[in-house]
Amino acid sequence: MSAALRHLFLASLRQRPLATGLTLFAIALGVALGLAVQLIHRAALDEFGRGIRLVSGTADLQVVGPRAGFDDALYLALAQHPEVAEASPVLEIEARLPGRAETLRILGIDLFQVGALTPSLLPLVGQPVDATADMPTSTGTDTLDRLAALRPDALFLSPAAATRLDLAVDAEILVQVGLREERLRIRGTVPGAGVGQVIAVMDIAGAQQVFERLGRLTRIDLRLAPGRDREAAQRQLTAMLPPGITVLTPADSEAEVLGLSRAYRVNLTMLAGIALLTGGFLVFSAQLLAVVRRRQEFALLRALGLDRRALRRGLLAEGAALGIGGGLIGVVLAYLLTALAFDLIGGDLGAGFFAGLAPRLRLEPGLTAIYLGLGLLAGVAGAWIPAREAARMSPARGLRAGDEAEVYQARPRWGATLMLLALAALLAVLPSIAEIPVFGYLAVMLILAGAVLALPGTTPWAMRLLDPGRWVLWRLARARLAAAPGQAVVAGAGVVASVALAVSMVIMVASFRDSLDDWLGSMLPADIYLRASAASASGALDPDAVTRVAALPGVVAVRPVRFEDLRLAAGREPITLIARPVRGTSGLPLVAGRLSDSAGPRASAPAWISEALADRLGLEVGESIALPLGSVSHDFQILGIWRDYARQQGAVVIELDDFRALTGDSLTNDLGLFLAPGHDVTEVMETIRATLGERVSEMILPSELRAMILEVFDRTFLVTYLMLAVAVLIGLFGVTTTFAALASSRRKELGILRHLGLRRGQIGTLLAAEAALIAAVGVAIGLAAGGAIAVVLIAVINPQSFHWSMEMRVPAGTLALFGLILILLAALAARLAGGQAMRQDAVTAVREDW
Amino acid sequence: MTMLVIENLSKGFGDALERPLFERVSLRLEPGESVAIMGESGVGKSTLLNCIAGLESVDGGRIRIGTTELTGLSEDARAEFRRRALGFVFQAFHILPHLTLAQNVALPLWLLERDETSADRRARAMLARVGLERRGDDWPRHLSGGEMQRVAIARALVHDPQLVLCDEPTGNLDPERAASVLELLFEGIQDAGAIGILVTHSHKAAAYADQVLRLTRAGLVAAHDAWPIDPSAPTEP
Repeated sequence: MSAALRHLFLASLRQRPLATGLTLFAIALGVALGLAVQLIHRAALDEFGRGIRLVSGTADLQVVGPRAGFDDALYLALAQHPEVAEASPVLEIEARLPGRAETLRILGIDLFQVGALTPSLLPLVGQPVDATADMPTSTGTDTLDRLAALRPDALFLSPAAATRLDLAVDAEILVQVGLREERLRIRGTVPGAGVGQVIAVMDIAGAQQVFERLGRLTRIDLRLAPGRDREAAQRQLTAMLPPGITVLTPADSEAEVLGLSRAYRVNLTMLAGIALLTGGFLVFSAQLLAVVRRRQEFALLRALGLDRRALRRGLLAEGAALGIGGGLIGVVLAYLLTALAFDLIGGDLGAGFFAGLAPRLRLEPGLTAIYLGLGLLAGVAGAWIPAREAARMSPARGLRAGDEAEVYQARPRWGATLMLLALAALLAVLPSIAEIPVFGYLAVMLILAGAVLALPGTTPWAMRLLDPGRWVLWRLARARLAAAPGQAVVAGAGVVASVALAVSMVIMVASFRDSLDDWLGSMLPADIYLRASAASASGALDPDAVTRVAALPGVVAVRPVRFEDLRLAAGREPITLIARPVRGTSGLPLVAGRLSDSAGPRASAPAWISEALADRLGLEVGESIALPLGSVSHDFQILGIWRDYARQQGAVVIELDDFRALTGDSLTNDLGLFLAPGHDVTEVMETIRATLGERVSEMILPSELRAMILEVFDRTFLVTYLMLAVAVLIGLFGVTTTFAALASSRRKELGILRHLGLRRGQIGTLLAAEAALIAAVGVAIGLAAGGAIAVVLIAVINPQSFHWSMEMRVPAGTLALFGLILILLAALAARLAGGQAMRQDAVTAVREDW
Repeated sequence: MTMLVIENLSKGFGDALERPLFERVSLRLEPGESVAIMGESGVGKSTLLNCIAGLESVDGGRIRIGTTELTGLSEDARAEFRRRALGFVFQAFHILPHLTLAQNVALPLWLLERDETSADRRARAMLARVGLERRGDDWPRHLSGGEMQRVAIARALVHDPQLVLCDEPTGNLDPERAASVLELLFEGIQDAGAIGILVTHSHKAAAYADQVLRLTRAGLVAAHDAWPIDPSAPTEP
């Protein structure tokens, strides 16, 4: 039936350009957002993985420790180990660049060892730095002037770093060490680094000397002796390492970062999936309406010998065409969006996992095919029920002209609704799979489906509840919806879906933002925060600087904080150690346990762990935790569990005094300053700048920091808001197209009303009243479903994805206003869309058959 | 060979035995013959037509067209049979507004998966036969009622059906147009060697058929004694 398929089914899409256009748009948007998120992340992950492979080269194993590093005596021990053929030490430093906003990742390497394991890191002396140069590594080895490279101030920039910093060979660059500035000279390039990696390389001895890390390493790359089993060697070497130092395969290192960003990626993907789902709803309502409008045509075709299956196939082909068409547009949009995103923001979508990478757009045929398939699926799934309904219609009845009200009959489906909701409740209590809340997302979808299925039952019930009133148009609208609830299903499905999603996201984001705000309040009690650099970078405050700042006029107290990262056990991702005064301060945002131990002194020092750490390690208050500090394992007793929105991988707080006593480390990363009342904050800040040097210190007011963090929060949820807006827009489009189509399929009925004396304007008001009623029912169900989904998001999906808990907050005013606006917009849209029906001649409407 | 045999057909609503619409309907027609079925409103004339077309099921009796036992066929087989052997003309024309006239006429050939070019040629030839030559590319919205019905007749005959079923084909037309449409219709049926069954309220239309029957609850009875009419009379009695 190829000619029939083309002329009867596919051609019909052209005859309703508005509905077809909007449906294509919705599917395209869902596909575009979903695919773009995947493309951006895939490229960022690829670049990230490339970076890891670049710096680990052909190493079989890597010995890694805390950021502070470990004793380089370990290098000698490992290099002489019979399992090990080659060992290459690395000191990695995130150098703060005074006067610049960015930091630079500097790898201190052994120039005599690096060629064997990571030849791509080999520096090339004197070669003009050119980002586009693609020099083979062997050339670098040949011309390497090792003596020049061994100078302690010699730094080599990767092409991307040279471009980013705008520095040429022989230029000088300042790096910060503690509060000091050190001068390094660019001696050449790292041609093997490729164009996406912003790194620098220098001799390890020079790095240790310049950054005051004598005798320290952060990593040792190992190549095993020929024939050795990697896993066996990994076990054997792990056993000889002090606590807190572990042996990873390069794949482990890559997996750590993948694991960190996975929850965020899954969340974004799910949001895009929701946009696609809404597109599917739109296909559903557009196709159902088309079926209603074309029922006589289908009856004729059936009479002429088209069988049910062929009719169904034809209608599914329409859905498939919409899906493929939307999918194709979406794919093109996705690549454009991705290119734009790389151009504007790099590889990071707002959560900060991939900041600093410069990934490139690549064609991903597999991924593209999957998203095209998803578009097709949305189209076919949306067309499924309408096609089934069309195939079920009796052709003999369809050939007679009549009202389409019978098509809009929809049985209440309370049983199915309750079953879906019960199943959703059941799924919501199941644990996550590989830290992905699969069942939580399934529960959300079931609640959504249950809400849409509640429409046909709720509509007549709600109409009966309404006062019939004396206003004739109101009574007509009410009577129609009570008698033909199927109309509400067609128009309202999109409203329910978009309201439910919007409401759930609004509640979740509001709850999260409020909880974050409270959290910031308790985490930032001081008047000013001072630091030499971010904790991960090379700046730090020494005890002398802290003393000098504490002695400044107006400063009544200082609270130093030291950050470190720790590996609790082999194979575990590093967690953050926060050493700060706890007792006798305003404390921590505890969710369990307490701040001080009333039982008096104990054998083990106190620790407070974050929710994420408690979740991941299954730890509870009162248990003990072993922390490797200074290569020795120390037992701490868990006094409390606190809420931490900053460190998803987990964090532990210990008393600063305990930390200093155990490690001898007296540096400070962040210093909170409490001022005497009446002292001007700006004056104090200027005095501090004068004391420490303006270029080597950073200060921020808690209010600024708070605003900055909330801004980052809002940026992270920007994608969410965007998708939300799209969902609402699609819901409104659904109402508009439904009423446009309804008005034309009800021309006869409306014509009769005109015959009976209704004015044109009154017909418009009637349509608006019907739309308002449908939207009101949809909004009511959407609010209830949205609340339920919010509970799943807050109590299931967030804790399972990010280990975050939050207090639920319902912004009732905003939601009420949102609902009201949606109802008004629906009424307005219906009235505008029904304009066609109001304009047309009443007499021809009653007479005409088509 | 007898082309159409209807024996003891019965059809009712709901529980058919309690609310019968008609019973014991029997009819035999040879190729080239035509019959008009009249009767009061609601007696089931259109339903009888739908039963003969296989669009509605019957409660008893049998229908055989050529060698095909229609009552024994599955729904899909009945659809396939309609596609091949049946033509329809409706009161409401049922011309698809988004297809050109030639495409409307070619519709049955499309469903038979005939090659599109030859289908188009055949459809235009049929249009010429009903007096609409060179109108194949026009859209239905420009047509009068009479022209619409001519298109419908061309569509009903385009695939050389064995049986043409007409349900009040002139119900929406003025008497003059009705006469020309009926002439075309019966000429076409005769030329194709098909069987024509016409359901109508119009005595004038009925007079075009070889015989006129009246549908009652108890079956088909001869009606020509009751309404002696002259087909050439200018107006309805």
